[in-house]
Amino acid sequence: MVRYAYYPGCVAEGSGREYEMANRAVAARLGLELVEIEDWNCCGATPGHNTGHLLGLALPARNLALTSDMGLDVVAPCAACYNRLVTAQREIACDPELQVLMGRLLGRDYRGDRRVLSMPEAVAAVGAERMKALTVRPLEGLTVACYYGCLLVRPPAVIRGDDPEDPRLLDDLLRGVGATTVDWAHKTECCGAAQALPHEEVVLCRVRRILEAAVTSRADCIATACPLCHANLDQRQARVNRRFGTDYRMPVLYFTQLLGLAFGLNPGELGLGLHFVPTAELVRKIA
Amino acid sequence: MDVLVLSGRGQEFANRVSLESGQPVQQCYQCGKCTAGCPAASSMDYAPHQVLHLVQLGLEEEVLSCRAIWVCASCYTCTARCPCRIEVARIMDILRARARRKGLHRGQRAALFADLFLDSVRRHGRLHELELGARWGLRTGQPWREADLAAGLVARRKLRLRPPRIRGVEEVRRIFREAARLEEGEHG
Amino acid sequence: MRRIGVFCCWCGSNIGGVIDVPRLAMEALNLPAVAFSTDYKYMCSEPGQELIVRAVAEHRLDGVVVAACSPRIHEATFRQTLERAGLNPYLLVMANVREHCTWVHPDDPERAFAKALALVRGAAAKAARTEPLAAGTLPVTRRALVIGGGIAGIQAALDIADAGFEVLLVEREPTIGGKMVLLDKTFPTLDCSACISTPKMVAVAQHPRIRLFTYAEVVGLKGFLGNFEVTIRQKARSVDHGKCTGCGACWAKCPARVPNEYNLGLDRRKAIYVPFPQAVPNKPVIDRRHCRQFTRGRCGVCQKVCPVGAIDYAEEDREWQERVGAVVVATGFDLFEWAEAYGEYGYGRYPDVITGLQFERLANAAGPTGGKIVRPSDGAVPRTVVFVQCVGSRDEAKGREYCSRVCCMYTAKHAWQVLEKIPEAEVFVFYIDVRTAGKAYEEFYVRARRAGAHYIRGRVARIYPEGNRLRVVGTDTLLGRPVEVLADLVVLATGMVPAAGSGELARILGCGLDKDGFFQEAHPKLRPVEAGTAGIFLAGTCQGPKDIPDTVAQGSAAAAKVVGLLVREEIAYEPTVAMVDQTRCTGCGKCRAVCPFKAIELVTRQVRAGTAVAERVVAEVNPGLCAGCGNCTVACPSGVIDLKGFTNEQLLAEVDALCL
Repeated sequence: MVRYAYYPGCVAEGSGREYEMANRAVAARLGLELVEIEDWNCCGATPGHNTGHLLGLALPARNLALTSDMGLDVVAPCAACYNRLVTAQREIACDPELQVLMGRLLGRDYRGDRRVLSMPEAVAAVGAERMKALTVRPLEGLTVACYYGCLLVRPPAVIRGDDPEDPRLLDDLLRGVGATTVDWAHKTECCGAAQALPHEEVVLCRVRRILEAAVTSRADCIATACPLCHANLDQRQARVNRRFGTDYRMPVLYFTQLLGLAFGLNPGELGLGLHFVPTAELVRKIA
Repeated sequence: MDVLVLSGRGQEFANRVSLESGQPVQQCYQCGKCTAGCPAASSMDYAPHQVLHLVQLGLEEEVLSCRAIWVCASCYTCTARCPCRIEVARIMDILRARARRKGLHRGQRAALFADLFLDSVRRHGRLHELELGARWGLRTGQPWREADLAAGLVARRKLRLRPPRIRGVEEVRRIFREAARLEEGEHG
Repeated sequence: MRRIGVFCCWCGSNIGGVIDVPRLAMEALNLPAVAFSTDYKYMCSEPGQELIVRAVAEHRLDGVVVAACSPRIHEATFRQTLERAGLNPYLLVMANVREHCTWVHPDDPERAFAKALALVRGAAAKAARTEPLAAGTLPVTRRALVIGGGIAGIQAALDIADAGFEVLLVEREPTIGGKMVLLDKTFPTLDCSACISTPKMVAVAQHPRIRLFTYAEVVGLKGFLGNFEVTIRQKARSVDHGKCTGCGACWAKCPARVPNEYNLGLDRRKAIYVPFPQAVPNKPVIDRRHCRQFTRGRCGVCQKVCPVGAIDYAEEDREWQERVGAVVVATGFDLFEWAEAYGEYGYGRYPDVITGLQFERLANAAGPTGGKIVRPSDGAVPRTVVFVQCVGSRDEAKGREYCSRVCCMYTAKHAWQVLEKIPEAEVFVFYIDVRTAGKAYEEFYVRARRAGAHYIRGRVARIYPEGNRLRVVGTDTLLGRPVEVLADLVVLATGMVPAAGSGELARILGCGLDKDGFFQEAHPKLRPVEAGTAGIFLAGTCQGPKDIPDTVAQGSAAAAKVVGLLVREEIAYEPTVAMVDQTRCTGCGKCRAVCPFKAIELVTRQVRAGTAVAERVVAEVNPGLCAGCGNCTVACPSGVIDLKGFTNEQLLAEVDALCL
């Protein structure tokens, strides 16, 4: 059993519920114990750092400070939360003045320790062998366009993970359970993120490009690891069709949902009935 | 298109932005790679490289009242690609903060969104999506615009009706208060 | 009792504007051993120097302090002045009261004055302990080594050889010609590159005073200015060039297929090959890494078909030890490995995204497509061609900040070539600045624009395939809009980097490299073709990106320096070198270990040991190589090495005068 301090993020019980369900189910199967950080607060996501630098660091920092007694690395499944937590950790760790400021802002001591992992990283750490051993229903015949989005890979100086121009982590994980992944050019092309409400036209244009590219690359579905990307690609797909007169019916799944299917978990417990773009046909194809 | 008088504006604004962002704004040679990769560029009044040029020229009013800084999606593509290693997204953050301090954010939808988002966080310690959506609808005078999506979320039980609550909400409010005070003290 | 003269310079207002120079001269008169002191506005001027000469005679001075600028500026000047005054030039000490005093303390004249006086005090104390030093001479080997057979090396070799000296020209490839011979046409004249360079290549091959070593490298260099010993290793060609007639039967029958580096990977060559038709020497070599006879142990076809029995699989690498007096480094450049760095352009996975040099080969009639510009993927003629400038140049994020100088010009050339060869073609050039700093260069660029090339100011953020075409995502910064082009072919103007192996060669030669790995010149403005090490010269792109005219100019410049050296039978060396008191040296070798110039060796000598003479291993300084840095004097645990002109006694006296 590998234990992690778990930072669910604000949409885990809301618009990102199926991601949370899939993460929990898959984690259990993988032997990952996700210990929720007690009394965690919103990391601020994009509005935080867009409004104030210190605010943008302190909101995530409080959560990292809360883990000080846990002695565990942190896993944050939402890409935005992950990005903010890593950014806060890195910036505070190398700036003693910031550490002093954090003390004042948080009323707690936080000096920039604590390793933060994204959900793909935590899953990958389990190892390819174990993943293969758990695969009872390989995703053979399924073609997936892995969509990483922005905050899992950028800015490269901070995130220092996958190559922002050609990331491979999700592709490797899904191929490890038998899926075919496509080599497409839109892996990290921004979906428009938090502009969905304020400037929807940005999101609709970007989502359209991504969907078009997924279709052209002959993917059966898009796999993602970010609830905001998911919302834009899934919930707003109908709006894209209305706006541009297109007819996209591209299922958008969380990567842990796909892993869960490969591990033999049932679609219900993976939240596959909660999508806007129906996934039933896809699930039947795999089963 | 008015004639722009470049002289007499001094280096102060550019220096202040450089200092606050920690980025060498003057080094940008407007290659435009940021603009080329920007997902929101087509909706901007000034392209990202032009925003930096405005800062370089000391055109404070123009740049702080432009739409571009608010349409920015904070995707960090510009930062990742800049050949001069300038963290363009960070400069955008600084410009947004400066615009707020001058009250130039009013009327900007993205600023309103951020305010409502953070209001919710300040109130509950975590974001209450329903509250954000509802207040957004009311404040923008378009309460029905997202209704179909909201309904879809409710139907799938993906929209928490009751607000979240954390014990440490006072700590979160303290963060907001102290952060505001510190920013005020530093930048006036 | 010494009689030192102190001469204080105003240097106009540089010194005189901050401190009271006449007062400085007056106070200097009170210093021990100072017999005369004066001030003057410009000591380095003719009247200023005359002042010194007259004072030396009138006041019987036997040492001179000049309180003025940095010795780097005028030490040589005043040494000559002393010589004219009949004094040994090494009886001069300069006190730097400008760069080290008034230039850094312009706002604090009082303390600046005190500091200047302290500096003069120290200088006077040192001057009182100077002794005459005599420059020695060394013989010169009147032969030159040129490393690199591109146009820089070829030019240098021809010039030196024409001046009457023997040249050893060492080239790593099987043929000379470098990158220039791979080009199709050269800007701005659109001369056929091979046509203008092959006559020079042939001249090298036929020159009675040039010994050409191809397929060879310099693997060792010992010695010093005028007296180098070089080790050249020539790879086994496996073909006896003495017997070979170049008939081509061997390569016709060779079964191996190897990516052809001379066509930048666009086609394949054989394992036994002549790089291109104009190669010099025009005889094949066997690439043993890919030859089946060597990799699999069986084939032998070429040997069977060779009508004169020139194939020799048993040939071994050969080594030569040669003596030369001067070395010219002309090792050229390589292209930036863009495929490793530019994920946004596809990491080299898209066959229709090529480099400028690959484009040259496409355009070249002797290239892989017979001069037709076609897409590598399907051989189709491209209708929309996009050129991207500054790939791996002016890009700090990719580790190459500098401008590669030639890419704007060759891209204009390529753009023009596409428009000329492909009617109805659309050409877009994404640039940031267009740099046309040579003769007729701006006119050449204008020609490309007049021919219809669209110059779009902005960098390209991404290139990715769409169908069988490529989508190029860029910006038009002049319009302030993101733009896209659907292209059939994309040509990247990749930057120039130092040739592979430069680091290793620099280490062998004892040369420095600059921050980008190019060979470091002795002075960026005034000594561009000299390396930091005496006797080693630089020419061409190994020193930094440049075009062919500048390369040829540097080749000739380096040759002129070499000839200036070789024309003498002996050379003088600076006497400010380290010297070992071998009677007290223990032979520990610590000095040798810290010498950056490899100037110290441990030798066996007969030395006085007490009342007897014994044979001992002691350190010995080679005055020709010694640069007078003083590292050894510090490292010596017994204190038996001293640096002439900066002896321990002199320096300690200077410090005492400053501090006590």
